[in-house]
Amino acid sequence: MRSVCGLGPAVLAAGLVLGCGGAFAASAEKGKAAFIQHGCWQCHGTEGQGGQAGARLAPAPLPIETFTAFVRTSNRAMPPYPEAVLSNDDLADIHAYLEAIPKRADYKDIPLLNQ
Amino acid sequence: MARKHPRPQVSRRKFLAGVAVAGAASAVPPAQAATSASTSAAARRPSALPPTMHVAAAESGTPKELSQARIGGVPGSDFMVDVIKTLDIKYLPSNPASSFRGIHESLINYGGNKMPEFLTCAHEESAVAMAHGYFKVAGKPLMTLCHGTVGLQHASMAVYNAWCDRVPVIVVGGNDLDAAHRPPGVPTIHSAQDINGLVRDFTKWDDTPVSLQHFAQSFVRAYKIAMTPPYGPVAISLDAGLQQEPIRNNGEKLYIPRYVPTSPPQGDSGAVKEAARLLANAQNPVIVADRAARSENGVRLLVELAELLQAQVIDQGGRMNFPNTHYLHRPPTAVGNADVVLGLELTDFWATVNAYIDNGEHGIGVNTSRVKPETKLISINASELLTKANYQDFQRFQSVDVSMPADAEATLPALIEAVKAAISADRKAAIEKRGEAAKKAFAEGRDRTRQAAALAWDASPISTARMSMEIWAQIKDLDWSLVSVSGVGFNWPNRLWPMEKHYRWLGASGGYGVGYGAPASVGAALANRDLGRFSVNIQADGDLMFAPGVLWTAARHNIPQLAVMFNNRGYHQEVMHVQRLSNFRNRVANLGNDMGPIGTSIQNPDIEYHKLAESMGWWAKGPIKDPAELGPAIKEAVAVVKSGQPALLNVWTQPR
Repeated sequence: MRSVCGLGPAVLAAGLVLGCGGAFAASAEKGKAAFIQHGCWQCHGTEGQGGQAGARLAPAPLPIETFTAFVRTSNRAMPPYPEAVLSNDDLADIHAYLEAIPKRADYKDIPLLNQ
Repeated sequence: MARKHPRPQVSRRKFLAGVAVAGAASAVPPAQAATSASTSAAARRPSALPPTMHVAAAESGTPKELSQARIGGVPGSDFMVDVIKTLDIKYLPSNPASSFRGIHESLINYGGNKMPEFLTCAHEESAVAMAHGYFKVAGKPLMTLCHGTVGLQHASMAVYNAWCDRVPVIVVGGNDLDAAHRPPGVPTIHSAQDINGLVRDFTKWDDTPVSLQHFAQSFVRAYKIAMTPPYGPVAISLDAGLQQEPIRNNGEKLYIPRYVPTSPPQGDSGAVKEAARLLANAQNPVIVADRAARSENGVRLLVELAELLQAQVIDQGGRMNFPNTHYLHRPPTAVGNADVVLGLELTDFWATVNAYIDNGEHGIGVNTSRVKPETKLISINASELLTKANYQDFQRFQSVDVSMPADAEATLPALIEAVKAAISADRKAAIEKRGEAAKKAFAEGRDRTRQAAALAWDASPISTARMSMEIWAQIKDLDWSLVSVSGVGFNWPNRLWPMEKHYRWLGASGGYGVGYGAPASVGAALANRDLGRFSVNIQADGDLMFAPGVLWTAARHNIPQLAVMFNNRGYHQEVMHVQRLSNFRNRVANLGNDMGPIGTSIQNPDIEYHKLAESMGWWAKGPIKDPAELGPAIKEAVAVVKSGQPALLNVWTQPR
């Protein structure tokens, strides 16, 4: 989350980042690079499609507040990412990248999935 | 070996020296031979030293006198071959070594290199893993020969995999016990008092025969023990002297014991009845199977039991236990609603009904239950008859309500009959209703799976779902067998390919010792070749690099398979371990110049697996990064495999 919001990680973790006044300038392009750099792709795939090791993240990712709260406080298979490891800026960019991933195709339109 | 009888007139050491000097062996009594061992150094150099002109000439030329005359009788190893041939062992994957040269020579010359046929391997680990994979298709064990110490050390991880996976392999290790007569230098370094000690913790039985008759008994016993459920590897230490010395007439005629298979252990009748009572009266019974089906009949029996109860079945995939096209097939989460769980040959009952999350405070994982507290647990598991102390493959202890230390497949017929008897008339309607709900849930699950597979369909690197379905499109009309462990990184074939026959899916390595995949796939492909089936191997990159020489073995022995590289350029199973610890310690994981934490990537440079395979005699193509190019390439490769050659495609894939 961009620090311009002026909210600390504890608030972010609680999922209370609402109404920041449109100060975000998150970049999907930077988010794609951060998604790779921070290893998100290793479990979730380069397009956030998910798989055996990690949940599907895109298309239509969780709302930013829920997404952020989970990343910061996960008590599931994914370890929590503290701000010292993944900055608020990078996290916002990653979310922007996931939001930019287009809607998935219907499997019924893919012949190989209808054999 | 302890020699009970006088040494032969021509000692084997003298014989060896004689070969080196082109047939100048002389008969010497034992005492004299011992003396000359210390004084005639030139004639007693160990074979590992650089050859002299005489030795080179002897090795490359035709000996004037042949073995029987030189050693004073029929070699003992010829009798060993006679023993082995009674057990119909078809192949012998092995890397050659001096400590078993006696039996090696007998196998290929006296035995005609048939039953078993020697398959040249580049690594002992590959040889054992080939035997492992072969058994899971053929249902018959192979034997391997390995150099006593260093060869068996190489083989040991694969033996552990076979142990954990309950697969019989007969491991014969050459060893020269006679410290007074064995060659000094390397052959002595490669000898040990007890080579079987290396693998004793994870073999069912081992022995060190000291006479030919002892060998006959040991080998047949080893085979019988290995082939009695729970199956498992066995080891025989084979003395070099015993192999090379002649058969002596000591007034006792050698004989070969007859092999009679042992019937598998069945569950106690009272326990079977109690299990049936619980299952018949359950509101939501769930069957969980891991290594339950040892054969096609096991699959049929499990289907019969599931349909009788309309019970959901979770196939953990140790074997192909239950058709994934059946409406009662369920994902692991189904256990959460169970009031009775029947576990069949589970590797880990604890983890079936509990979860461990590696994300607790202070780095200690969190345990949670997956089932309701009142859920009744029934276990049928032959592994309980074979638990050892040191290696921890027996997993966490799980208390169960009915425990049967028995073979599941052998117990199923009795359990089915007991369930039939236990289902009362008033339960039948409820059971039928359960089946209707299962059909609906199954159809919905299939839709969800396909929808998930559609994600990142056009991604590059290629999605593992796309790769799986591109392969499927080319093999669906063949009698195929998936001979690899795709589940290490993803499980799309198990979710998307219809698996209805026992050989469609072979399960994993058992011990998760990496390096199993490639050689086990070659062993399985060998069995499939003989049965006229088409073998598909989705080959993990890291796994292949442990012992890629098995590619050569496949080409050398005309073992066809379609290998599609799951080339994700990393050890992705390990990535999150480093990332997790970095996060816990508030540190950014250091990637170096790679895409994963240092030490977890296989890049810079990228490995050109297609060139590697090509160099060992495979048809190969790659790297393929564009999903649109994959289908045509697979089609081309399938045609090559159908012609009898192995073919490999190097595909850049998503990580999982």
